[in-house]
Amino acid sequence: MIYKTVIGLEVHVELKTKSKMFCGCSADYFGKKPNAHTCPVCLGLPGALPVPNKTAIDWCIMIGLALNCKIANFSKFDRKNYFYPDLPKGYQISQYDQPFCQKGVIALSNGKKIGITRVHMEEDTAKLTHQGDDSLIDFNRSGVPLVEIVTEPDFETAKEVVEYLKKLQQIVRYLGVSNADMEEGNMRLEPNISLRELKTQNSKLKSELPNYKVEVKNINSFRFVEKAIEYEIKRQTEILNVGKTPVQETRGWNEDKQKTVSQRIKEEANDYRYFPEPDIPPIRLSEFQISNFKSQMPELPDLKLVRFTKNYGLPRYDAEILTREKELSNYFEEAVRAGKTFEVNAKQITNVIINKKIDIENIMPAELIKCIVISKKINILDNKKLSEIINKVINENPKAVNDYKTGKVQAIGFLLGKAKQHFPKGDANQIKIALEMKLK
Amino acid sequence: MKINVPHVAKLANLPLKPEEERKFEKQLSEILNYFEKLKEVDTKNVETTSQVTGLENVTREDKAINSLTQEEALSNTKSQHNGFFKVKAILED
Ligand SMILES: [Zn+2]
Repeated sequence: MIYKTVIGLEVHVELKTKSKMFCGCSADYFGKKPNAHTCPVCLGLPGALPVPNKTAIDWCIMIGLALNCKIANFSKFDRKNYFYPDLPKGYQISQYDQPFCQKGVIALSNGKKIGITRVHMEEDTAKLTHQGDDSLIDFNRSGVPLVEIVTEPDFETAKEVVEYLKKLQQIVRYLGVSNADMEEGNMRLEPNISLRELKTQNSKLKSELPNYKVEVKNINSFRFVEKAIEYEIKRQTEILNVGKTPVQETRGWNEDKQKTVSQRIKEEANDYRYFPEPDIPPIRLSEFQISNFKSQMPELPDLKLVRFTKNYGLPRYDAEILTREKELSNYFEEAVRAGKTFEVNAKQITNVIINKKIDIENIMPAELIKCIVISKKINILDNKKLSEIINKVINENPKAVNDYKTGKVQAIGFLLGKAKQHFPKGDANQIKIALEMKLK
Repeated sequence: MKINVPHVAKLANLPLKPEEERKFEKQLSEILNYFEKLKEVDTKNVETTSQVTGLENVTREDKAINSLTQEEALSNTKSQHNGFFKVKAILED
């Protein structure tokens, strides 16, 4: 039997706002003393009033725009009800039927388009640590802003999923709204995977989706998502091949066992009984505000890549490396500007940045240009010329040479000075090394 | 109207005895029947809303303010450990 893989993705991105989503507690919880960033709102105490963080909403909308979504003129928050100790109110404030952003699209490198169903705003839960017969709760993370990005079931391979995820990570980092670090949990992925049977290789696809899907949680690296998907494809194929249907369930990736394992279901049948959050008035955005957001969007990686290939005449490969991170792309452009006066061109700068793996945090773009200029000059004085001059210096200064050879090492300074007169802009170190070689 | 009381009770995290289930089924049915009365109101020209205050766009600036101290946060719980709230283990694999 031949199957086609159908994968959709839910990604949670934690925003790096200063404060939480609905209260003024610090959102910076990583590695902090437990339960030291809490208040009546994020502890779910009775009578507390949640007030949404404007920056978090703005950033959610920016993510939506970056994914080519339509931004809602009218939006609201809803309560998603379930009981779990990481959720003190007994519900999570989320968005149900009127999210901030819907119907987006993003293209993969093979030209395939992935539909973005929705981008909505919600709050993170507390952090649970299991310890023997107890679970310990830290509410510092409770209420930290989370943006959920849901795709259509448009992926067919683990590779496509990983490419999309890397792209998404790059976009939110370009926007400067999240660190999107998987290991620290600022970016969490939940693929849902199922297989659709193809009748024969040539017949048309059955257009309907499979009647089940398996959601996989607990994935905290791009490598694990690939492995988890490959594993699920194999597992589900085996079940389908014996004429059965895989159970619709949530499974977790277990890195030790190298497989997905069934997880206890939190709540029966996902009966979340969403209803509008009565404590938070709705959000209305005018067309003017939405177009304002659009005009404030920074240049995103895809466009920057095209511009780099066009404006600087760089090969796509180079442009891709330079635009992978916003900081590096900015560094490159600054170096290009600095290079103009010294006739150092974009391609030369690119080669140095890529091949020499320049430490952009410690070498300023202008310094980099200086180094390139110097290394260019030294290259002009090729080794043959250098060797000629050194021979000349040695022949003209027998006393100093003798001093050096009889142990007065400092005599090399004199010889170096003589040689340097011929190369005023040359690299002293290189001349010194050449001189020492000759004197051996 | 038939109500699945054990299901509703489970969603509400309420342990009910069988006699309580019967009692609540009757009460919940009565409440739902009472709500049926609302259908008699003509709402053809009324806009759907979930808000009655008329407020919109109530937000706050992204500023971090002082939180409760750990001691204050934990002051109402009987069950704590090393600065954490403590509950009976949640089963997870
Ligand atoms: Zn708080």
